[in-house]
Amino acid sequence: MSAIETARAVRAGERSAVDVLEAHLGRIEAREAEIHAFNLVTEDSARAQAEAVDATVAAGGDPGPLAGVTVALKDNMCTRGIPTTCSSKILEGWIPPYDATVVTKLAAAGAVFVGKTNLDEFAMGSSTENSAFGATHNPLDLSRVPGGSSGGSAAAVAAGFAALGIGSDTGGSVRQPAAFCGVVGMKPTYGAVSRYGLIAFGSSLDQIGPFAADVADAAALFDLIAGHDPRDTTSIADFVPSAGAALDQGVDGLRVGVVRELSGGPGSVEGISPDVIGRTKAAVEALAAAGAEVEEVSVPSATLGLSAYYLVAPAEASSNLARYDGVRFGLRVDGATTGEMNTATRTAGFGEEVKRRIMLGTYALSAGYYDAFYGKALKVRTMMLNDFAAVYDKVDVLITPTAPTTAFLMGERSQDPMTMYVNDVCTIPSNLVGHPGISVPFGVGDDGMPVGVQVLAPATEDAQTFRVGAVLEAAANSGGAS
Amino acid sequence: MSERITRDDVVHVARLARLQLSEAEIERFTEQLGDVLDHAADVESLDVGDIPPTAHPLPLVNVTRPDELVESLDRAELLAQAPLVERGHFRVPPVLGEEP
Repeated sequence: MSAIETARAVRAGERSAVDVLEAHLGRIEAREAEIHAFNLVTEDSARAQAEAVDATVAAGGDPGPLAGVTVALKDNMCTRGIPTTCSSKILEGWIPPYDATVVTKLAAAGAVFVGKTNLDEFAMGSSTENSAFGATHNPLDLSRVPGGSSGGSAAAVAAGFAALGIGSDTGGSVRQPAAFCGVVGMKPTYGAVSRYGLIAFGSSLDQIGPFAADVADAAALFDLIAGHDPRDTTSIADFVPSAGAALDQGVDGLRVGVVRELSGGPGSVEGISPDVIGRTKAAVEALAAAGAEVEEVSVPSATLGLSAYYLVAPAEASSNLARYDGVRFGLRVDGATTGEMNTATRTAGFGEEVKRRIMLGTYALSAGYYDAFYGKALKVRTMMLNDFAAVYDKVDVLITPTAPTTAFLMGERSQDPMTMYVNDVCTIPSNLVGHPGISVPFGVGDDGMPVGVQVLAPATEDAQTFRVGAVLEAAANSGGAS
Repeated sequence: MSERITRDDVVHVARLARLQLSEAEIERFTEQLGDVLDHAADVESLDVGDIPPTAHPLPLVNVTRPDELVESLDRAELLAQAPLVERGHFRVPPVLGEEP
């Protein structure tokens, strides 16, 4: 049953929220040990939330648009009174003193939180293998990664542990795991969803986004969590989400651009596998068959995205993660002086990938290298903004693969950072420019694992990604993806 | 192995970042950071001329809120999360006499 249908049935008194929750907890009981989607399953507080929803219905009240709908929350979003770890030893045992805005909004809508999901430590990674608390496995094939960094939320939705998932996407961390796990994942326009209570990684790139089993549920979740929040100064003041209303608009006459640089053909970045290229082409054909006008377009600077990202994101991370100093919260390892204590704490508390990114960012920002690396990467962001603006003069949306391959084997890429980083080549550009993007499952690759197709749109036109996503989903469901 | 970043650079940057690296980590990071910076050569070698930088995707300036009292976070709840507290303050080891 979809999230939308569940909420309708619970509000109408046809189903109890407690029953809905118990069905999900039963699936968690059966498979969580082998998947490890969660850092913490909050079954007690979930039962209390579900009982409150049922009590409201029984009293003739309305618990809200997501009444009784189960949600899995990435463990880098603050939950008051419930541990929030970022899958890092440095925050193990920390209990946030406030709720993230998305948590407040979902709770007010009657949602039931089943747990905090695993991630690559501080959201740095593309496989959810970099967690201090152990890797998450892909529910569709346990020998494969679920993608990352929001791999726990993607796996939780794919395994039926929760109807909806919340992730954060700094370079593709919602869209890529959605593609790997065969679910829908979306990165909103920068500023569309409040980041208040999202533990910062790359502040100019981070966005919270929805996971769901289908496009309509993802749209409903997006419409609920998006909108202005005075507690986030980077929140867009006049953003009004309208994804649900766009779902049945179709694509007749819509201009769709296929990005040459991310298509796998001539002039494209390398490493996009043939089966992924094939599914993406099939998706484009499905849109054409539905009435879209398709043309190939060029975003020349897209090929520079990966390099620019792996300078900008670590630079921002090195600054954001300076706060983990053992003084005010989290881990402290003693030292004779405060400086020694800071160093001992950070050395013991951060995992290797986090240290690598802090090192890279500190280097890129350090005297003598700032202009050559970080400064130039910021100019590349301008070039990308200009290139996207030019292309959106000609077309309404863009299509690319979500990830260059399907879900890879666990351990396959964890030894070489660069082979892991190239996973993000198709998703990174929209983070650098702040534009929205969605990943929708569209058939399977040669290995039988799902392929995700990505739809990109200009800033604040988030609804367009859902509109096109709905058409792709319908085509895939009617056999058009095979 | 890349010559782009030296062992000494790695040791220096680790100190700036308040990280203590093992010998094996220094060696590994020297190579891996070199690989990433090699990849970033496409950006480094770019002739960007007078293109202005973009630090942030939204053109926001001076975001303020109304000057109204709102509820603050609870002081006791915040201090309860600190590793060491004394008389309502965060307590740390000696600061004076350290290397800068």
